[in-house]
Amino acid sequence: MPHDHTHEEHEALVIEDEAGNIDAQIIVDALQDVLISKGLLTAHEVTAAIAKLESPGVHLGAKAVVKAWSDPAYKKRLLEDGRAAVQELDIPVTEARIIVVENTSTLHNLITCTLCSCYPRSILGQPPSWYISKAYRARSVREPREVLKEFGLDLPMKVRLDVHDSNADMRYLVLPEPPADLHKRDLSEWEVMISRDHLIGVAREVR
Amino acid sequence: MTRFREGDQVCVLALGKGGHVRIPHYIRTQTGEVVEYGGTYLNPEDLAVGNTGGKAVDLYRVAFAQTALWPDEAHAAHDRLIIEIYDHWLAPSKDRSNAS
Repeated sequence: MPHDHTHEEHEALVIEDEAGNIDAQIIVDALQDVLISKGLLTAHEVTAAIAKLESPGVHLGAKAVVKAWSDPAYKKRLLEDGRAAVQELDIPVTEARIIVVENTSTLHNLITCTLCSCYPRSILGQPPSWYISKAYRARSVREPREVLKEFGLDLPMKVRLDVHDSNADMRYLVLPEPPADLHKRDLSEWEVMISRDHLIGVAREVR
Repeated sequence: MTRFREGDQVCVLALGKGGHVRIPHYIRTQTGEVVEYGGTYLNPEDLAVGNTGGKAVDLYRVAFAQTALWPDEAHAAHDRLIIEIYDHWLAPSKDRSNAS
């Protein structure tokens, strides 16, 4: 599993197929040229749309997590209706339904999309390249405990593992367990320690 | 009134439909348990071919025992796979042996 924290900023957003082709990119470029030359679209509009797609990020999900850790009433609302609770934080959620799944001492949750790359993009931004890879999509359902080991998480067999295939209309976020020493730090300090991997479930403990 | 409720045992059908279907092969013919009703959505099989006037369909979250799905792999007995299945891909099941 390609996974290197130090290179996160350089992960490719466009993935070529196994043969290295980027046919789709060539078609998109040609279509964009035609639309711009016909005056139906400007290059500025394209850039603005890309910026909007890429602007959400893991920090928005982390905001909801620390609020849930510190406010039991909010946590209840987040687990009941993830979309409404995330929107309370002034985050515009475009997905129809957000399901928040809670990690506990006896349960761990892992999110995948075996069919393509479904991901709560309006909250977390674009998915990492490994999430879109065929290897992750196949192995996250078939041998999820092996996959977790490759991410450095050796989940004890006594902890139940629920794998959520985000195959249709709902999108998922993992609510990590609060650290035992939650009160020892400011919530804003914890917020930056919550990674995208925690919210997908390939990491477990926030520390 | 939905056809299934939380706790119902259901079997995923192998409809053999072509086109943009959202029910992966690995889950077809498997028996699981409804864990949540997810609301109604326009059928992606219709939407993919530009038909936005189709009937909205019920969508459920259904849980399956991983040991039943992948008998050759090392899963804990309590591990589950939870996936979204549209109503027309489900049939009631009397089989309670796969309850998770």
